[in-house]
Amino acid sequence: MRTVNITNSDHHKNAVYPSPFHSRQEQHNQLREWSRWSDYLSVPAYWCESMEYFSGRNACGVFDVTPMVKHLVTGPDALPYLNRLMTRDVRKIKPGRVGYSVWCDDNGQVIDDGTIFHLREGVYRICSQEHQIDWFLTNALGFDVNITEDTHDVAGLALQGPTSCAVLKEMGLQGVENLTPFGLTYFDFEGIELMVSRTGFTGDLGYELWVDPDHAELLWDRLFEAGKTRGIRAMGSNALEMLRIEAGFILAGADFLPAMEAVRPSHTRSPFEIGLGWLVSFEKGVFNGRKALLEEKENGSRYHLVKLDIDDNKAAKDSFVFTKKGKYAGTVTSAMWSPSAKASIALASLDAPHGKPGEEFEVEIYYQRELKWSRVMAPCRVVQDVFWNPPRRRQTPPPDF
Amino acid sequence: MNVDTIIIGGGHNGLVCAAYLAKAGKKVTVLEAADQVGGAAATREFAPGYRASVAHLLYLLDKDISKELALESYGLRMAKSGLKTIALAENGKHVSISSDAVEGADLSSEDKAAYREYRRFMSKFAGIFSGLHNKIPPRITRERSDMIALGKMALNVRMLGRDDMRELLRIGAINIYDVLKENFDDPLLRGALSLDAVLGTNSGPRSNNSVFTALHRMSGNNGGAAGDVSIPLGGMGAVTEALAAAARKAGAEILTGSPVSSILLDGDDVKGVQLANGEQIAASVVVSNADPKTTMMSLLRARHLEAGFAWKFGNIRASGSAAKLHLALDGLPDFKGASQEQLGERLVIAPNVEYVERAFNHSKYGEFSSHPVAEITIPSIHDNSLAPDGKHVLSAIVQYAPRNLGAGWSESKREFADTVMNTLSEYAPDIRDKVVASELLTPEDIETDFRMAGGHWHHCELSLDQFLMLRPVPKSAQYRTPVEGLYLCGAGCHPGGGVMGSAGRNAASVVLAQ
Repeated sequence: MRTVNITNSDHHKNAVYPSPFHSRQEQHNQLREWSRWSDYLSVPAYWCESMEYFSGRNACGVFDVTPMVKHLVTGPDALPYLNRLMTRDVRKIKPGRVGYSVWCDDNGQVIDDGTIFHLREGVYRICSQEHQIDWFLTNALGFDVNITEDTHDVAGLALQGPTSCAVLKEMGLQGVENLTPFGLTYFDFEGIELMVSRTGFTGDLGYELWVDPDHAELLWDRLFEAGKTRGIRAMGSNALEMLRIEAGFILAGADFLPAMEAVRPSHTRSPFEIGLGWLVSFEKGVFNGRKALLEEKENGSRYHLVKLDIDDNKAAKDSFVFTKKGKYAGTVTSAMWSPSAKASIALASLDAPHGKPGEEFEVEIYYQRELKWSRVMAPCRVVQDVFWNPPRRRQTPPPDF
Repeated sequence: MNVDTIIIGGGHNGLVCAAYLAKAGKKVTVLEAADQVGGAAATREFAPGYRASVAHLLYLLDKDISKELALESYGLRMAKSGLKTIALAENGKHVSISSDAVEGADLSSEDKAAYREYRRFMSKFAGIFSGLHNKIPPRITRERSDMIALGKMALNVRMLGRDDMRELLRIGAINIYDVLKENFDDPLLRGALSLDAVLGTNSGPRSNNSVFTALHRMSGNNGGAAGDVSIPLGGMGAVTEALAAAARKAGAEILTGSPVSSILLDGDDVKGVQLANGEQIAASVVVSNADPKTTMMSLLRARHLEAGFAWKFGNIRASGSAAKLHLALDGLPDFKGASQEQLGERLVIAPNVEYVERAFNHSKYGEFSSHPVAEITIPSIHDNSLAPDGKHVLSAIVQYAPRNLGAGWSESKREFADTVMNTLSEYAPDIRDKVVASELLTPEDIETDFRMAGGHWHHCELSLDQFLMLRPVPKSAQYRTPVEGLYLCGAGCHPGGGVMGSAGRNAASVVLAQ
């Protein structure tokens, strides 16, 4: 399938598309359940989300990332354009490299986060959670730049987990082990170009594969063929959700409200308020939100997004966070029982000045046992380190499994 | 070269700003692109021996500015003040409108009485705006000074009294068509008064907030009756020449023939300008009298602004619809039924309000009016410096001539000139025979010749959504911009265009307060 012609007035009637991998997902999807992710059908769980989660930590899991919204930015002003749009210094993302960034409105509030792929000198792909073409085009005023949304022109698969590198080598991608984290490179795949980036949303060793949609099914087949002795398994979005919380990655719409969707100004977040101050470069000149963020840096933030280690065995989903004295301090934004960390963990948005490392709180967990509701006030503390951070995530070449 | 303050553009607001800053001790340099100061408020020779001004009537010049800058001492005189408006009728039965009465062969006594009442409340409402001209628009914040300023505005409206306040709230944002229809029966009177609301705007009598634009025209603190109209001796250039003289006297340097090509930045701060010839001039303060769109999008460039803000500047409505006609005449034309004395007044072609609205209709669809409206003066009747002995100059604003003409102006200008002459001939049948030379400036010409984006004499459309703390855009409506050291002082700022000078004066006070 190719980029949708939105001048076709009927396009909304089939706004949710089967992914280019749909025929293969269908074969694996024993639960026959489908969800919607952006413009595509996605699979919440193929068979058992725990098994899929463990494939991501102990073998490798395959997750369809085609629905991620993709944009191509080219033209003489691509770099200055992106540097004005993004909070981080895009000049530092060299060709063949990938960078994570957020972008803000003029008030310094985060519109979305995403990855910037510097595909070739001056050619960039921006992947985002939300549709951004309107904002990206708004930003193009005064720049000689060409921006297209090409979500439907690129099929993407994430291959995540300790055996992922070995599987790719087995598939014939010679030298893929030399790819450093946040690097990208190209391979020949059945006569067409396959782009491989060492990126992912699991905080583990992993890769993302990008290919022409016409070759999507073939890529899936080759991958599963190559991975059959290394525990490869199709992974649904529920498992990915667990993996990303363990890795401490935030999700738009869960851990922060995209600024363009907010009605109430106090409900949005700045990069500093979601732990992404390190993505803000004040040295590079003007960018959207710069003035407001400088002011915030001077005067302090309203919120802090923190990681909580909770002394309990239940997930603190949607919980309130209280001080030891019982005063409201914030709310949990994402939570789970972490099978790898063997702990109840959470991401929480706390009202400033709360959120210092080691600061202790209580979370109010409501839980059900055989239809009976109970409540526990579980002690917890703010931790700095991510819950899952294995060395193989950073090693080049990665250890073989 | 190194100065304190650069003013980009030597139009009337730039000169006013320069004069006030220089008086306060700043080292000021005004950079004017053209070979003479004044911009569209200069007196130019358009044919050998014949001179005219693009801005041809003085409504709004602020009396405080005239006094503080002692413009009279630099030779500023009025050739004629308190001009009447003669609403031309094809049959010669004109209506004559002055600030306190209206006369006409077919006018009813009801209309005459209604006119006095109309003048009473419109002058009173215009007074609310007059009081705002020389003030920095308040921001919508919780700061004490802003709250007090907003409170004062509300109080002034309340002080109108119950009935008048209610009437202002009722008509303040609606269209002049409805208000005129409520008040008057005579079509000619309605037509002429509706023209006051739409001259120089991109709107018709039935467009929203055309009552507001009518009030704005009447709101000048010019020392005369509300909406008093004058012709300066020597044309409008006499005003800007006097302003330039005042600025020079105060120590400002004025460089003509020096077009600025870009505003230079050092990080977040302005550091000067670059001229078209490549020369750079350093200054810690740059005040732009260029229109806001040109200033931010062309001279500074959108990439140096945050995107949401740049988008607002890009979306400023500034599309001119008024063309300017200058005719060199070898004798006075014979306007049907008009006395010699009446020819020296302000003549308008707007026979009824529907005619004006129909003229506007064309411009909505990228066409010029097949039957244009016009505001005509023959200033040479009062000022023999403008034309050779016994000859005359006719100066007319003609509408509607949209900036973006579907067929393009280069194709259509001649056709439009013919249309305008045909319309004039209906009222002055011998006019074609008297013309020895002519000049027609379309909004495209005005944009090119005077460097106004859209060729709009208010720089930004004058309407409630681009007024006061919204002019030109929020967060830039107090003459400051997000770029440290860069200020705006032109008609695109509060309180708008017309040769008034308040924007320049207000901008100077903001610069001095930093």
